[in-house]
Amino acid sequence: MSDTTALYRKRVRTNRIALMCSLLAMLIGMSFLAWIMIVLLYKGFGALSLSLFTQSTPAPGSDGGLFNAILGSLMMVGVSTFIATPIGILAGVYLSEFGRKGWLAPTTRFINDILLSAPSIVIGVFIYAVYVAQVQHFSGWAGSLALALIAIPVVVRTTENMLNLVPGSLREAASALGAPRWKVVLHVVLRSARAGVLTGILLAIARVSGETAPLLFTALNNQFTSYDLNGPMANLPVVIFQFAMSPYENWNSLAWGGAILITFGVLCLNIVVRTMFRKKI
Amino acid sequence: MMQSSVSTKREMSFSHLREEATTAVAHGAEPKIKIRNLDFFYGSFQGLKHIDLDIQEGMVTAFIGPSGCGKSTLLRTLNRMYDLYPGQRATGEILLNGKNVLSPDQDVNALRAKVGMVFQKPTPFPMSIYENIAFGVRLYENLSRADMDNRVEWALRKAALWDEVKGKLNQSGLSLSGGQQQRLCIARGVAVKPEVLLLDEPTSALDPISTAKVEELVHELKSEYTIAIVTHNMQQAARVSDYTAYMYLGELVEFGLTDEIFIKPKRKETEDYITGRFG
Repeated sequence: MSDTTALYRKRVRTNRIALMCSLLAMLIGMSFLAWIMIVLLYKGFGALSLSLFTQSTPAPGSDGGLFNAILGSLMMVGVSTFIATPIGILAGVYLSEFGRKGWLAPTTRFINDILLSAPSIVIGVFIYAVYVAQVQHFSGWAGSLALALIAIPVVVRTTENMLNLVPGSLREAASALGAPRWKVVLHVVLRSARAGVLTGILLAIARVSGETAPLLFTALNNQFTSYDLNGPMANLPVVIFQFAMSPYENWNSLAWGGAILITFGVLCLNIVVRTMFRKKI
Repeated sequence: MMQSSVSTKREMSFSHLREEATTAVAHGAEPKIKIRNLDFFYGSFQGLKHIDLDIQEGMVTAFIGPSGCGKSTLLRTLNRMYDLYPGQRATGEILLNGKNVLSPDQDVNALRAKVGMVFQKPTPFPMSIYENIAFGVRLYENLSRADMDNRVEWALRKAALWDEVKGKLNQSGLSLSGGQQQRLCIARGVAVKPEVLLLDEPTSALDPISTAKVEELVHELKSEYTIAIVTHNMQQAARVSDYTAYMYLGELVEFGLTDEIFIKPKRKETEDYITGRFG
């Protein structure tokens, strides 16, 4: 009897220690996140104003905003999402639903994992070599392509994982009605997993919005407002990079403003989509 | 030595049984499904061994036996559900209306239109109650909105679910209770108007009241459909079925009228299983 109580006390103690450790780990992670947010708000809040959204990047010392960079980022991230979403979802569907046998799916999965962890600067250099160097100028299209290449593996991975979570019984039930394979996938499997698939796209957008390295080699920058994807384009990450490194105070403050925009933009996107798809049918 | 005496005994009981089966169906109708010398393999493991069995039209045939005896496997060969999985194959013949459904040129989707299936766990699709039923119907028929409404109502009435859901057809099928979900799945299967309905332990996840409703349903549906049901519940087999097949280790041990199997089984193994001394 005394043995069991000793054993029990030991169990309680171990439990308490494990709980403390995980709590500590959580606190460390959260405190860094909070720290980043606080510094961001403290430094960047002063830069937030209407002109940030309406005026283009200024010369050192004069007034201006980030309109051209916001526009460029939105356009390039938009185009890259537009390219990456269908390719990523289709590839994910192939890996999960159709590639059960044979060598193609495992190979694709392996290469996709390599792409997933490839340094983004390599992607930038790659697009520079095959596109920018060929057409002899930097462009928004090149930037979009580089971003799409980074987004695709993220979408592929999450789509495959989410489809794998759909129970096999649901596929069987749809097949048992005599539905052809593509209808089973489109109407039943993808539908059950759509919240997860959407989260994957969102993750890709979040990842891509902050990428600086691939844009340095492709879209470069542009101090004027440009709607032309065929020419160099301003974008938030590169502007932040350039302005933060500069000795000019107004540029520094705009860089902080841009950092806030990206961070909270991605945060808002997350919250909106999550609440939209919380109620799933 | 032992083995051979068992198999001759089975042979005897089979020839015996066949005579009875023909006498049992007074009008001498052709069976809806004739299974002849069916073998089934999961890779190299043989899940079914030389099954010969007739499923009569307009009757309920129950498959009973301990877990892993092959009763679900047998059911899944009837609509070629196993086709979904590489490495699973069946040899022999399954004649539906005289046509072998195991032949490679059989269109599986056309087969599944005729042979519907309801699974152990309720599997409503992630769509509204209405769409759950319309999904299957749309595969085969191009109905007007009004006709589709009628079909959905008809199927839900058949599954004794209409009164509970008629006000909320646009709600998700997943919002229903477990018993309702299972009846929705039955309605979905009935809606495409199959000839045969396969029920794979349809009540094992349900409470007694829902179970009673599903059993009642089986009773009502058998006038129009040929039904094959797998069940772990012996009382259920006795209650709902006309014929019962007792299976063990991939073999058909005994097959006959349910009343006879339960009251005076011919084989010792069957009796042991039914009386609970084994399994």
